[in-house]
Amino acid sequence: MAFFKNLFQSKNRKAKAQKYKIGMAKTRESTFNQLNELLASGKKIDEGLFDDIEELFIMADMGVDTVIKLVEHLRNTVELKGIENAEDLKEIIVEEMFKRYVQEEIVDTNLDTDHEISVLLFVGVNGVGKTTTIGKVAYQLKNEGKNVMMVAGDTFRAGAINQLKIWSERVGCAFFSKPEGSDPSSVMFDAINEAKKNEIDVLLCDTAGRLQNKKNLMNELQKIHHVIGREISHAPHETLLILDATTGQNGLSQAKIFNEVTHLSGVILTKLDGTAKGGIALAIKEAIGVPIKMIGLGEKLEDLEYFDIEEYIYGLFSEVI
Amino acid sequence: MAFEQLSDRLQMALRRIKGKVRLTEKDIDEMMREIRLSLLEADVNFKVVKSFTKDIREKATGEKILKGLNPAQQVVKVVHEALTDLLGGETASFELSKNQQSTIMLVGLQGSGKTTTAGKLAKFLQKNDAQKPLLVALDVYRPAAVDQLVTIGKQLDIDVYEKGIDEKPKHIAQEALQYGIQNGHDLLIFDTAGRLHIDETMMGELKQIKATINPDEILLVLDAMTGQDAVSVADHFHGSLDITGSIITKLDGDTRGGAALSLRKVTDVPIKFMGLGEKLDALEVFHPERMASRILGMGDVLTLIDKVEENVDEDDMMNMMEKMMSGKFNFNDYLKQLKMIKRMGSLGGLMKMIPGVNKMMKNTDIDEKQLVYIETLIGSMTKQERKQPRLLKQNASRRRRIAHGSGRSVAEVNRLLQTLDQQQQAVKKMGSMDPKSINPNDPLKNMQMPSNKKAKKGKGKGKGGFRF
Repeated sequence: MAFFKNLFQSKNRKAKAQKYKIGMAKTRESTFNQLNELLASGKKIDEGLFDDIEELFIMADMGVDTVIKLVEHLRNTVELKGIENAEDLKEIIVEEMFKRYVQEEIVDTNLDTDHEISVLLFVGVNGVGKTTTIGKVAYQLKNEGKNVMMVAGDTFRAGAINQLKIWSERVGCAFFSKPEGSDPSSVMFDAINEAKKNEIDVLLCDTAGRLQNKKNLMNELQKIHHVIGREISHAPHETLLILDATTGQNGLSQAKIFNEVTHLSGVILTKLDGTAKGGIALAIKEAIGVPIKMIGLGEKLEDLEYFDIEEYIYGLFSEVI
Repeated sequence: MAFEQLSDRLQMALRRIKGKVRLTEKDIDEMMREIRLSLLEADVNFKVVKSFTKDIREKATGEKILKGLNPAQQVVKVVHEALTDLLGGETASFELSKNQQSTIMLVGLQGSGKTTTAGKLAKFLQKNDAQKPLLVALDVYRPAAVDQLVTIGKQLDIDVYEKGIDEKPKHIAQEALQYGIQNGHDLLIFDTAGRLHIDETMMGELKQIKATINPDEILLVLDAMTGQDAVSVADHFHGSLDITGSIITKLDGDTRGGAALSLRKVTDVPIKFMGLGEKLDALEVFHPERMASRILGMGDVLTLIDKVEENVDEDDMMNMMEKMMSGKFNFNDYLKQLKMIKRMGSLGGLMKMIPGVNKMMKNTDIDEKQLVYIETLIGSMTKQERKQPRLLKQNASRRRRIAHGSGRSVAEVNRLLQTLDQQQQAVKKMGSMDPKSINPNDPLKNMQMPSNKKAKKGKGKGKGGFRF
């Protein structure tokens, strides 16, 4: 467990974690302070305590399965190591969460944008913040010196094209659209040709929000994905599921089905500046193996951060440790 | 439709005790665990789950249940009642104020579906009471939000009041009120910007708008996929604004929608409408009792009837039923019926409202294209064939011709013929039931419907909650 002491000692890291702390201040206050209380020193470990811990994790939308497994692990560890003081559980919890997320892999949160033309496809259900996220990603990539073009692939929802256009003006990047009601695959096709002519480095492709159980809309998405891959081999280089942090268990179903249709490369967790914890993203990583790449922490262009599991846990538990 | 898995789990839990004469303490423990887990998986707030299962346990262990007679049914009844209660008991009434001008304000988080709902609500209320609704665009923050409302207004042919994005929302609201009076609008729906419930500045803005327009209704629009946080969201919005009700959106997804269950219980605010799709007519009144039935896999016949009534000419319907019962139902009628179904909306959604079908259809995708194929098939028949389906039964070369002409297979023609037969028989059977003995409010009787083998044996008189 000394590992975790080291983990949070780096000053640099602590400074970075401040951002998470601010973004998720309410998160910690509302729930994880309760954990702190729960695991106060001197408290005895009994069944009631495990129940309470279970509830706290469920409150964070971490997924019933994940939570049950986690608590089961706690029970076993307590028995195995003969732990008696509730306070000692804190580090075990943090360590176990970390291990479960990383699963002995190297989790790479960088976006793959080093191709001649890199294509990033943004998918998700309605109202999760796809368009806003594209604005933020464009801003970040532009600051990294990339020549970015946004592609208005949501030709269905009223006002969606205009919404993206306004973001492109704010960022100051190229923008491609066809009239409302156009076939989104044809938008992608034309955008790629346009990008080839104009020396664009990165294409950020918006898509219409769709519920994952709508078969026709998922077929449409598959076609979009296919057309992009036909025009540029190995594209899209990133297919990112945008996930609202307030989403509950349905997030798992979203990730599963979108992954089947488009092979997700990552999740961007939005609206983490509210009181929701977005714990379902941890369950997604565990169940499907798709990592969280970035998190949205507000409505401004710069409110986007690369995801770091250590900082995320630190943000959640900074008062616990 | 939502809640499928929840109903599966509950049914699983209840199946175990089915057939037992007496419930032991252990049975109840096990059942409570299943109910608890399934509700948690459905995103019901854990506090609500706690009190719910406690409630059930008390009722289930009380003397009422231990009389020994068919415990499964009694438990189903207890769960059904408790769920109905949790969902708000009775259907929340929604009446526009008798004033000359009714005002509704929509609030909620970003991306919950306020703007779409504003359009749907205007259309819904126009169909019912409001003569001349006006949509007011107060979302000056999200890029192109005003555009979106204007486009929706155009699609519905409903007026939209907008002042771009340079004025303060409360000023726009004030001016809209004046404009509404001057132009004889009897209903104003204010679409506000999405905001976080913990953003005090933005919540303050909502308070100002509320003070300006003094709305008859403030409705919280909540995404059905919301997790545990739903309660905190509702609490904050209610705390700041005293909302009068809520609307659950995106219930056409595969979410179990437990957030909706918690909402009412924790905030004591009724759920008034539910959104069931991206089309602008996909809004329905929220019925707690029916939703509870749906959770228990009892189908939602009442909503189906409502839909039928709303969209189908009653005379047409009666004619068709008579024809079916008398055995004179032909392909012309069948085509008519298909068109009715199309008017009523998504076939998948409709089918799932029928008790039993929900379970049957679990892994079958209903392909709406089938309807088109059937139309093509019927389109390839001669007039005479349409009137007299038996011509096709007797003559294989006619069936081949139709298959060829429609570009479908002979097997599909055969299947269509079978369907026509089956339908006729089903209706005949219904006709032999005595509708007076059916009590749609009695969940126990309705429960018999999914396994209606018994009904076929003639024991079923009045057992089915299926009534047109």
